[in-house]
Amino acid sequence: MNGTMNRDMAGRIFAIVVAFGALLTLPYWMHGIYYVNVASQILFYAVFALGLNVLVGYGGLVSLGHAGLFGVSAYATGYMLQLGYGHSLAIVVAIAMGLASMAIYAVLSLRSTGIGFIMITLALGEILWGLAYRWISLTGGDNGINVPTRPSPFGYSMTNATVFYYVTLTVFAIAIALCWIFVRSPFGAALRGTRDQPRRMNALGYHVWAIRFWACLFSGLLTAVSAILFVYYTQFISPQTLALTSSAEVLLMVISGGPGTLLGPIFGAGLVVVVKNVVSAFIERWNFLLGAIFVAIVILMPEGLVPGSVRLWRLAMRQRRKRAAP
Amino acid sequence: MSALTVSNLCKSFGGLHVTTNVNLDVEPGERRLIIGPNGAGKTTLFNLITGELTPDSGSIKLFGEDITRTASRRRPHLGMARTYQIITLFARDSIIHNVSLALLGLSPARWNPISNMRHQGHLIEQGLAALERVGLAHIAERPLSQTSYGERRRVEIAMALAQNPKLLLLDEPFAGLSIDERQDVHKCLMAIPRDVTMVMIEHNMDVALEFAERITLLHFGQVIVEGNRAEVVDNPRTREVYLGH
Amino acid sequence: MSFWLVLTVNSITFGGLLFLLSAGFSLIFGLMRIPNLTHGSLFMLGAYVGATFAAGLAGMQMNFWLAAVVATLTVAFAGALAERLLLRRLPGDQLAQVLVTLGLSFMAADFCLLIWGGDPLSVATPDGLQGFARFGTVVFPLYRLAIIVIAVVVAIALWLMLERTRLGAMIRAGVDDPDMARVVGIRVSQLFTIVFALGAGLAGFAGIIGGPILSVYPGLDQDMLPLALVVVILGGTGSLLGSFVGSIIVGFIYNFGQALLPELAYFVLFMPMLLVLLLRPQGLFGRHVP
Repeated sequence: MNGTMNRDMAGRIFAIVVAFGALLTLPYWMHGIYYVNVASQILFYAVFALGLNVLVGYGGLVSLGHAGLFGVSAYATGYMLQLGYGHSLAIVVAIAMGLASMAIYAVLSLRSTGIGFIMITLALGEILWGLAYRWISLTGGDNGINVPTRPSPFGYSMTNATVFYYVTLTVFAIAIALCWIFVRSPFGAALRGTRDQPRRMNALGYHVWAIRFWACLFSGLLTAVSAILFVYYTQFISPQTLALTSSAEVLLMVISGGPGTLLGPIFGAGLVVVVKNVVSAFIERWNFLLGAIFVAIVILMPEGLVPGSVRLWRLAMRQRRKRAAP
Repeated sequence: MSALTVSNLCKSFGGLHVTTNVNLDVEPGERRLIIGPNGAGKTTLFNLITGELTPDSGSIKLFGEDITRTASRRRPHLGMARTYQIITLFARDSIIHNVSLALLGLSPARWNPISNMRHQGHLIEQGLAALERVGLAHIAERPLSQTSYGERRRVEIAMALAQNPKLLLLDEPFAGLSIDERQDVHKCLMAIPRDVTMVMIEHNMDVALEFAERITLLHFGQVIVEGNRAEVVDNPRTREVYLGH
Repeated sequence: MSFWLVLTVNSITFGGLLFLLSAGFSLIFGLMRIPNLTHGSLFMLGAYVGATFAAGLAGMQMNFWLAAVVATLTVAFAGALAERLLLRRLPGDQLAQVLVTLGLSFMAADFCLLIWGGDPLSVATPDGLQGFARFGTVVFPLYRLAIIVIAVVVAIALWLMLERTRLGAMIRAGVDDPDMARVVGIRVSQLFTIVFALGAGLAGFAGIIGGPILSVYPGLDQDMLPLALVVVILGGTGSLLGSFVGSIIVGFIYNFGQALLPELAYFVLFMPMLLVLLLRPQGLFGRHVP
């Protein structure tokens, strides 16, 4: 028994090392700036999905309004730059505004759970979308806000796709590390407890609302950071980014990959971004494909593609071992 | 000073009076049994004592301290622990993780987002000690999903004991257990020292009567009879409540 | 003065249309306890199908009202199919069901794009209702008044169905307490299919009826779904009266909001929804809390 566990552990570490090596050297073996850009997109969307997963997967709180929060940080960045401020200040303000909005979101939506929570977050997302769309004097409405330049951290200009990729990879690595630490921590265990048995947790002495609130703020931090990368990537922000479909897409990333796992949201982000950018060249109606995959996963593999695949793999390995041993 | 004093506790839902002028006085170290037919309001009384329900009027004192307005999540910190009729444990986790969560609930470490939960040695140590008391320390790493109902009952008791309560409320701890399992749980409960006051709701008269020192009989949310075993069993009103005449 | 009058009549008209859209949403939410996120898509599908038949398909031009019936039945059938094949596989798992309706909305939107392309379709106002009604100096398009009449007729029909028929009694029982309903012998899962189909059909009907006013375009689903949500949250889930009153209120907020406070138009619409969710989650006439 211990033998298989150590083999498992070794296998996992090996896989992580290989994956990270591949990511670190990606611009050198991936041919074409286009694909490097796709990789950048996958990475910052993965940060967004990891942020949503803190609530959905580990907190048991499904939010359909996260695109609104994403939009707040993106618009804050664009707006600050438009006013003439530098990148550093714009980024700080964007993160601060993102966290402040998330705090308000949390106070309002944590009054409810389950379907009620979904409805409130949906309403909040729609309110933010509506403001972005109609408060033209502030947001430019449908015309959006242009972001003409990208920052140059340590003198390396992010206008260069490879530099952008490495900055995104760094942020991604930090985000994953933070999530990993968070999930293994006592607070992470407490959060998962509130997901599984909120009433019991309350009876054991935990402050369920407060635990969820702080989890929301952590989620908000990751959301803000991914939004800033997004707006520097597209160099444009419009109300469409805050629409219900955008909230649905990031939820799709989390659910399809596997909520409550670390790899799931990353894989889900990869799936959605690849379908949107690469598959869309071959299949025009890729939204249909995305929706169909989503429905299939919810019905057939509700734990998500990553845990589901691992489970099927283990099953196959066990069958193989049974057949091999007489 | 009594361990638990409930004075004139009342609760109604609209026109339905679920608890009417309940008075309870439990001495430290006492083993109190609360009985009554279905719908008598026994679990509701527990919910009021733990704070999950707010009373309309009346008061609750824990070792002299008035806790009527205290939030339910604070009461475990004041020494109150409780088990439930329907077992609601953390099925995705191991037995030791379940007990660790009970310990974490009272520890400031529960706000720690940095350290590794698995490295909380003191939690694991105390958790194993609690499991030892219910005879489950040898299967601490087993996932809860792979345990029997009787074992889960004992895990729940371990979780309650792990919090070092001064007052332990047990809601039908013997419900749904086989004869052997009942023996196991009975052994655990009898082994609990006198510094823990115990109040138990139970239907199963054989085990319950053996456990009880004083008995409170509830019916329609009111205390009908109270006294020691002999007094309650012989009281004609007891027969009335259970047999209707 | 006439500006306000026109705005008022438009609000009532839009309210009528919203009622047709939301009544089904409310019933589904009330009985199955899920917000049907495909509802906007069903509205759009009905509009597309109806518009196609009304304009002429394979050389066959249909009377507007006949096209409306065909559209209603088509969408009702699609709804029944979705419920039986997909939602029924997730009994009791409301969260998963909501996610499935979300996925379906993606599929439906692209499906419509595939079949009908990206250009908006206009729907001709049906014969006989193309004129205007004059009240002194004020002029109202006949069709808009017709929508109000249609909405009232459908409301009465639905009310009669719910209050006077056995099916209606079963639906009301299911909305109040599905477990109790099962115990009493009501085939609740069959009821789910019927109500989902009914709700879908109503949405499709609303889509084609709204066609002459709103036309049909990609994105119509995204425009209408939030409105249905606001109506049902305000009015209360599972309540026909709630849908009716909620629709009128939202019709007014939407039209007056767009006219008077264009910058805050959506804010003014969703703020009440948020307030209701926070302060009185069962809405004005709701049977239970979402």
